[in-house]
Amino acid sequence: MTAELALAPPPLLEVHDLTVEFVTRRGTVVAVERVALALAKGETLGIVGESGSGKSVTSYAVMRILDRAGCIAGGTITFSGMDVGAAAEPLMRDLRGREMSMVFQNPRAALNPIRKVGRQIEDVLRQHAQATAGDAAAKAVEMLRKVRIARPEERYHAYPFELSGGMCQRVVIALALACRPQLLIADEPTTGLDVTTQKAVMELMVELTRERGMSTILITHDLGLAAAYCDRVCVMEKGRVVETASAADIFAAPEHPYTRRLMRATPRPGVTLRDLLPADTAEAAAGPDVARRAGTRDCGALLEVHDLVKAYPRKGAGATLQALFGRNDRRADDGMFRAVDGISFTIGRGESLGLVGESGCGKSTTSMMLMRLIDPTSGRIVFAGEDIGAVPARGFARSPLRKRIQMVFQDPTDSLNPRFTAARAIADPLLRLGGLEGRKAVGARCEALARQVGLPVELLDRFPHQLSGGQKARVGIARAIALSPELVILDEPTAALDVSVQAIVLNLLSDLKASLGMSYLFVSHDLNVVRLLCDRVIVMRAGRIVEEGATARVLSAPESDYTRELLAAIPHPPV
Amino acid sequence: MNQSARIDPAAAIPAVSAPAAAPLTAPAGLPVAAAPLARPSIARHARHVIAENPVTGIAFALFLAIAACAVLGPAIAPYDPLASDTAAALQAPSTRHWFGTDQLGRDILSRVMAATRLDLGIAVFSVALVFVLGGLSGVAAGFFAGWTDRIVGRIADTIMAFPLFVLAMGIVAALGNTVTNIVIATAIINFPLYARVARAEANVRREAGFVLAARLAGNGEARILLAHILPNVMPIMAVQMSLTMGYAILNAAGLSFIGLGVRPPTPEWGIMVAEGAGFIVSGEWWIALFPGAALMLAVFCFNLLGDGLRDILDPQRRT
Repeated sequence: MTAELALAPPPLLEVHDLTVEFVTRRGTVVAVERVALALAKGETLGIVGESGSGKSVTSYAVMRILDRAGCIAGGTITFSGMDVGAAAEPLMRDLRGREMSMVFQNPRAALNPIRKVGRQIEDVLRQHAQATAGDAAAKAVEMLRKVRIARPEERYHAYPFELSGGMCQRVVIALALACRPQLLIADEPTTGLDVTTQKAVMELMVELTRERGMSTILITHDLGLAAAYCDRVCVMEKGRVVETASAADIFAAPEHPYTRRLMRATPRPGVTLRDLLPADTAEAAAGPDVARRAGTRDCGALLEVHDLVKAYPRKGAGATLQALFGRNDRRADDGMFRAVDGISFTIGRGESLGLVGESGCGKSTTSMMLMRLIDPTSGRIVFAGEDIGAVPARGFARSPLRKRIQMVFQDPTDSLNPRFTAARAIADPLLRLGGLEGRKAVGARCEALARQVGLPVELLDRFPHQLSGGQKARVGIARAIALSPELVILDEPTAALDVSVQAIVLNLLSDLKASLGMSYLFVSHDLNVVRLLCDRVIVMRAGRIVEEGATARVLSAPESDYTRELLAAIPHPPV
Repeated sequence: MNQSARIDPAAAIPAVSAPAAAPLTAPAGLPVAAAPLARPSIARHARHVIAENPVTGIAFALFLAIAACAVLGPAIAPYDPLASDTAAALQAPSTRHWFGTDQLGRDILSRVMAATRLDLGIAVFSVALVFVLGGLSGVAAGFFAGWTDRIVGRIADTIMAFPLFVLAMGIVAALGNTVTNIVIATAIINFPLYARVARAEANVRREAGFVLAARLAGNGEARILLAHILPNVMPIMAVQMSLTMGYAILNAAGLSFIGLGVRPPTPEWGIMVAEGAGFIVSGEWWIALFPGAALMLAVFCFNLLGDGLRDILDPQRRT
């Protein structure tokens, strides 16, 4: 726009003083405030921040795909010399996909579910006149090959639902790169993928963009990921850029307090739970948690699991898919799919056991069986001396043992009834099984529980959608401990939370365990989190236990190849 | 290209209500600057919804007028709706008779007002009946699946297989020509709509996390269905109710129009339209027009009300 900009050596993308506002019911909210970014040709820039920091909104503004309520209120965006803010919509439509393209968080949602993936790549190519009717199919297959999809000619005809999450994300990358754009914006491209898949997808993306000399913006909440794959990192907080530096510098010497806090809250090897909290609160919450943890072990077994199996009949289509994808490592002998295939383990009183594995390994099925929400096909579940596996899941709600086993769910939003207030949600188990008399007693217990989990009492009247993610997680935890259970299954309780909130919730869980003497079964895909909270860990794969042992031993000297592979795939920030 | 065109509105929302870091002593309140969180009261919310969409306000006003007519109709009507005055037969609308008079000299305005109670009554009772029967069996079908689902589904399919109005005619003809039977017939033909909506809504929630949590809290299946699933299905059912309310009025009037159900001289919109239809050719348009217009306004009002109700009852929109 101005003369100076034209004279300077032009970066591919320059964002200057960008302000984005959203018009809402409560007036205008500034989502992004005076953000400045510059991206050189061939560079990879990481934008790191927690939810609500404005990192996605910034990238949407660059692509000019803000929704109707949002508008660019100030600043300029210059993309290879052109003012994006002032460009006409038809021009932008032509640029998107051809010059700048985007990889979205949820690959399945980004693909058209009723169109063959090959066709979708063709659509993009033909839209931007990069292919003709004659050679589009060949080019699409070539793109699929480039993103390393095996047997691309066959997969050309696949629908998105026939592909795994990782494969879908490869297809999305193929779509984004099909027209050889100069800029790729990847918005949380691997969130929701397994660590090993994440590694493969990220490496593929880096290799392809490097090969083409493309510039990339990687938006992520994961500092480790940004450190591993970016040249420069820009940290955002509440709509502002607080720090921009080269990846090596920012991790070696973070300057801004927010960056330091973020780094501190990220679980990594060699730290304790307390280290994750901001320095001032960590001191306030003093006490070496490890010592307390160790003192409560070895008091006999609370839960014993023997040869637990859950098999589902294989459906016709499922079996065909199995054949198509050649996943024959699962035993297909009797036409049954064994989600859990004969596992045995014990949980001691006051112990926390980690259950780790990638998606589809059977860890959720296992926790559902232990919770007595589904019936096992065979095997025994002995809880406090009683074989609870023999009680049918349907009738378990009436069992006196019900209140002794509780669970914290993965998604705090999904696990709260949208029409119940926080107080009603916490009171639900108390009303059914608590044996408390009268509204007052229940109300008082609710408030006590809220205080115990650090939920401000005045929030108890709110509905779930009026609470933040961390607050909803606290409601879920309060509900789970309301009946003073002996065993709590934690099913990825922090997977949907920001790192700083995760740090607080993990500490809360650890404190509650120490003060209430509960046992935990901590189900997770994140070895770094398991390391912090668990005494022992079990690694599962394809329904079987591949390794079991003390957490420190398994994570430092893994015996099985699979555990080693998992550990190697975790991106670490350089400490 | 196809990806860039899409933007998830949810992606923009976190930017608005940044939960960010909540320290151990979490500060209360959503961090939306300045505006303190107001108590979520229904009245307040309703006012907002109406302000946002004035058509909802018009629908509510219309509904109040219709309801007032239903309650007070015969009392506030200027003339006796049944009293005939042959000297004043077939008069065009005037200041004396705003809507004119019919072939027996009865005041049409009074008859239209008096008819509101009957037409609305039939609609309300039939909708209430189908709401309870269809809603409950649909929710049960969606939640329990299996045999319950099959039975409810087949019943709904069987009803759907008939032309609905003809089915209603058949039911009234078979059961007898009474108001109660019109209510029953209207309820039966609306059953599949309710059962299917309730089934679909319950079905997507049966595996939701909060249902599992309710099981862990010791709720039996029946209680989960009634206390946890049903309240979540209510908003969509309320909308359905409002929409079928208009349809039920139309159906009742339609039955009367063809001579089933309510009989003359009872004031009823359908009969009045039927009676007036013969006079249109000879120029006395007002006899059929005004009851027809009342019918149209009532149906229109309930359809608009449905949209407004959904916005008011949905907790997600009450922020």
